[in-house]
Order: sequence, then structure tokens, then C-alpha cells
Amino acid sequence: MNTRLIRRMIGAAALVALAAAPASAQNLTGAGATFPYPLYSKWFDVYHEKTGIQINYQSIGSGGGIQQVKAGTVDFGASDAALSNDRLKEMPRRVLHFPTVAGAVAMAYNLQGFTGTLKLTPDLISGIYMGTITVWNDPKIAAANPGVTMPPAPILPIHRSDGSGTTNIFTTYLSLVSSKWKELVGANTAVSWPAGIGGKGNEGVAGLVRQSPGAIGYVELAYAKQNQLPVALVQNKAGKFVEPSLASTTAAVAAAADALTKDVRAPIANAAAPEAYPICGLTYLLVYQDQKDPARARALANFIDWAIHDGQALAESLDYARLPESVVKVNEASLKKLTAGGKPLMAAK
Amino acid sequence: MSGSITVAASSPEAARSLGRPRPRSAPWADLACHGLLASLAALVLAVAILILFETARGAAPSISAFGFHFLGSTEWDPVADRYGALPYLYGTIVSSALALTLALPLGIGTAVFLAELAPPRLGEAVAFLVELLAAIPSIVYGIWGVFVLAPWLRSALEPWLVAHLGFLPLFRGFPFGIGMLNAGIVLAVMVSPTIISLSRQILLALPGSLREAALAMGATRAEAIGVMLDAARPGLLGASILGLGRALGETMAVTLVIGNTNRISASLLAPGATMASVIANEFTEATGKLYLSALTEIALVLFALTVIVNALARLLVRGATGARRDIAGAA
Repeated sequence: MNTRLIRRMIGAAALVALAAAPASAQNLTGAGATFPYPLYSKWFDVYHEKTGIQINYQSIGSGGGIQQVKAGTVDFGASDAALSNDRLKEMPRRVLHFPTVAGAVAMAYNLQGFTGTLKLTPDLISGIYMGTITVWNDPKIAAANPGVTMPPAPILPIHRSDGSGTTNIFTTYLSLVSSKWKELVGANTAVSWPAGIGGKGNEGVAGLVRQSPGAIGYVELAYAKQNQLPVALVQNKAGKFVEPSLASTTAAVAAAADALTKDVRAPIANAAAPEAYPICGLTYLLVYQDQKDPARARALANFIDWAIHDGQALAESLDYARLPESVVKVNEASLKKLTAGGKPLMAAK
Repeated sequence: MSGSITVAASSPEAARSLGRPRPRSAPWADLACHGLLASLAALVLAVAILILFETARGAAPSISAFGFHFLGSTEWDPVADRYGALPYLYGTIVSSALALTLALPLGIGTAVFLAELAPPRLGEAVAFLVELLAAIPSIVYGIWGVFVLAPWLRSALEPWLVAHLGFLPLFRGFPFGIGMLNAGIVLAVMVSPTIISLSRQILLALPGSLREAALAMGATRAEAIGVMLDAARPGLLGASILGLGRALGETMAVTLVIGNTNRISASLLAPGATMASVIANEFTEATGKLYLSALTEIALVLFALTVIVNALARLLVRGATGARRDIAGAA
């Protein structure tokens, strides 16, 4: 615990040092979410080669990112969960959300002697994680999987033990599909789990699933794909069983476009479109609407503009779902709202 | 935050160097040296005080929101912003106690063998290997716990415990392989090297005349070892408390194997969580002010627990003997 604290202190000190460095338009700093970090670091590399602008990003977690934005020590923060109204009010100035990519959460399972593909309904997932469905041969599971026999093994639900954007996506989804879940547990980066055991990180959950017969766990889609875990088809709002994939995730974001136009923080989980995978969420950049230094602000706006257009092409090779055209438009509108000292930044565009 | 009783304060090396003739030097050099060393020592103290101060300051919102209820509540709900440390306090104490229960007989038994019975060459070699064990990073122990120990516990030991000792509440429930028992065993393996290495040195530091006197009185070998153990008791106590300190603060390995749920269960087969593990798990993504403060208060409670354990150890070691303090200090 000591070393952790010290590491964080060093990290914070480094951030302060970076922010205190002479304000140069060639240098931007950001901090926050770990989930999109592989993509962001690729973006920063490519963008540096293209424009010479260097972006230093500390993947200290969404919580840390939000703190740094609040303290004004970074040019942008990054968070897997949108800020609630209460948290927005705590901020010294108005903060804009820019969704960058979408992530999906896949249900990985370990059923020995079962060869088909497991199908799950929203009721089954919430029942399993509530601890009310406890064996694989429960009649409710059999009803969703006609024609296959389920083993009489107990179900071991596995969740993330660390606070994570993945948990936020998963519990936001469960709160949308189950009023009982919303009332008793709720949605957050960490919740009070009614059942199951916790593994640390995607690798911790996947490790427990892989070696515990009868286990089921939720992991990031990218992680499930790269490790070729068997994943369940999940029934969406339209009643279709959909496989988690980049395409079905982007479809879910597109289906939520109207809601996102009204409020970019709207949840995208449980979309109504027939091809949409239901358990997914967006990850955001957090930026003050009114910037202090016009030169830095312009550099930041240019980067975001690049990330939501050209940058999207890099997303899929790293297993992130790209934004649909409709949500790129929402971001373009937010970019136009950015000002420096009250003057609009992107007027020329 | 591993326990650190300074048992090395009066090592034989230090004593020897004091006896060495001092090189002639100007008085100002002595003064400068004294000043430098004193400020280094003050720096260490200042860091400890600063940590305590900062932790207490960070925990203040949580302390004022929950008061003493924080220590007695089992609720840990980031959604509703209500926090209680009891499951973590319980998990820390039970996992460490379990570890010590397993590690003490193993550690002291091994130390007696290495110091008293094994040929000196073999003793040296084994002691060297044991000390290497202490240098393995804790994540490696954790991964071993998940991928080697857990499957064995799930398929062999835990079903056996349930079948034969299931009448005890300690061994009820479904054998997951992950949980308090796994954490206790991994911690026992981690603290054993500390206990073995220190206990062996304590036994070796005892005057040989003690053993010879016992044997001359007609004691059997086992009885002579009993005499040695009795003489070394304060030192051995210190060694086990040092091991306990390591178990209390261990984070990474425990987080991987304990199952991370905030439920208190009498069964060792059930999953649990410790104070260090919940901080490691939730600190980075804790977004609310009170949430962060509650985690900081957990750190404060852990700090207090470590201080209490170390203070208790010092009292025990000091109280156990006045005359034998040199023996305890020899470790």
C-alpha cells in the first residue's frame, strides 16, 4: 500500500511538473482512464509524427483523471463513465464530454462438456449476478437454450474486484434491464455485489473463469477476442440474440444517436436496434468549455478533431468500436462550443 | 506498510565497528558528519509523520460522516456512498492469523533443524535458498496461488475438508479454490522465509554453552533443543511478529487469491477481502469524494493496526526478558 501511495504521489508530482512547464503549444497533457489507453497512446504517437505535437498521458484511472481536471493540472481528462450532474456541478467551470470510442462487455463462461454457444437473456444475467439463479440446469436457462442439455453444475458468477469502466458498463446495463438491480445494487465503477467472487482486472476475471468449471464472468470485448474465450450471445431489446463484436457495438452507438445529440452522456446500453449488442458504453475525454490559453486550446481542439475523424480508422485494429457518423457530428457540434477567454476557437472551420 | 521492528539495531557488526580505532579527523568533520546523519534520521521520521498527517487529512470527510460506525459497519456501497470497514478489518486479521498459524510451526521447525541438527554446510546452503524465497515479488506468489494452488484446493484439499471436517463452521460451503484459505496459505508461504531466516540466526546467536550445559546435565537432544528454544523465546516472538507485519500489509498476492467480496463468513472456504486489497482494487477508479476518503480511512486503520501490532511486539519482546535482551537483539 505504501509503494502504491508513493507511486501515485510521484505520478501526481510528475503531472504538476508537466503542467508547470512553460506553456507550449507543442505539449499537451492528459490523465485518466486505463481502458482506452492502448488506443490513446497509439493516437498520440501517430499524431506526434504527423504534427510534431506531443501529448503526455498518464493512465492513472478515471477517478484520478477527473481529480486532475478539477484541479486544472491537465489539458484534458479521460473517463470511462460520464460525469453525473452532481459531479459536473463540483467542477469549477463547465466541462464538455467528447466520446472517443465505444467498448463492449462480453460474457465469458466455462461449461465443461457443453459445445454449443450459450444464449443469455437480460433476466438470466441479472438473476445470475443477483444470486437468484444458481445452477446451470435452471429451467430459465434451459428455456433460453432450447435443444441443449445444461449440466447440473453450480454457477459461479465472477466480477471485477477493482473499480473499472468495464464494471460501470455492465452495471449500467443491468440497471437498465432490471428494476430490482437498479434499486438494490445500482451502477458504478464498483458496486456492492450480491453474489459471486471478484478477480482483479480483465486477466483476473478471465483467469478465474478459465479454471473454474461452472464460472461465468464479464470482460472487455477486446480482451475476450484476443484470448479467444467462449462468449455468450446476449438477447437485445429487439429480442435477437447478438454476438459481441465491433460492428454490433458500433450499431448500438448509432441506435442511441438521438439521445446522444440531446445529451452526450446518455447511456448507450440496451439499444433497440435488432443488430445492436446490448452491453456497451462510451469512453470520454473531459475538456473545459472555456480554455485559458488560446494556443494550447487550439492545439487541443485540433487533436480532438483529428481523433474523432482520422483517428477512428486506428480504433478497430486495436479492438475498439468506432463512432458512427451521427455521433461524430455530435462531437463536431461540441468542438464548436469550445472557447478561449470567451472567444470561439473553431470559427474558421 | 510491512511491520518493521528494528531488531537489527545492535547487530554484531555494529558492535565490532565501535571497537575499531577511529581515524584521526578534524572536529568540524565530526560535527558535519553528526549533523548529516541526524538530519537523515529526522527525514525518515518526518516522512512517517507526513504520511500519517496526510492520510488523516484525506480520511477526515469519511471520519466525520461515519464516526466509529465505520469500524463496525459491514456495508460497502459506492453507489449509495455508504462505507464500513468491518469486512476488511476481519479479512486482514483472519488471513494474517491463518498465515501465522501455518507458518509458525513450519518456520520455527525448519529453523531448529537448520541451526541445531543439519550439518553446518547444508544449513548454510538451505538458509541461502530460503532467503532467496523472500526476494520473489509478491505478484509471482499471487499468480502461483491462482494457477497452481487454487485448482489443487478446489479439486483435492477443500472437498476433503468439507467431507471430513464439514461439521465445523470453518469448513462449510462450496469449494471455489479461491478464498480465505488460499490467501492464508499463500501468505504463510510468503512469511515463512522471514520467520525461518530470523529464527535460525537467533538460535545460532545463542551461546553454545547453553546447549553443552543442558547435555552435560543429562538432557536428551530434544530436551536440549527445548532449553535453546526457551532461551530464544523473545527473539522468536519478534521474528513471528515481523512475519505477521508482512502478512497484514501484503497486497498484490492477497488481492489475486482472496476472492474480493465484502461479506463476512465463518468459513475459510468462502471469499473475503482485506484492507490492503480493497485499497489496491478500488483506489484508481474511485470517483466520489467520500468514496476516496473512505478508502483513505481504511489506510489509516491499517496504519493504526500495524502500529498496534509493532508496539505489542516490542512490549512482548521487552517484557519476556530483561537479561536476554541481547539475545533478542542479535537477530
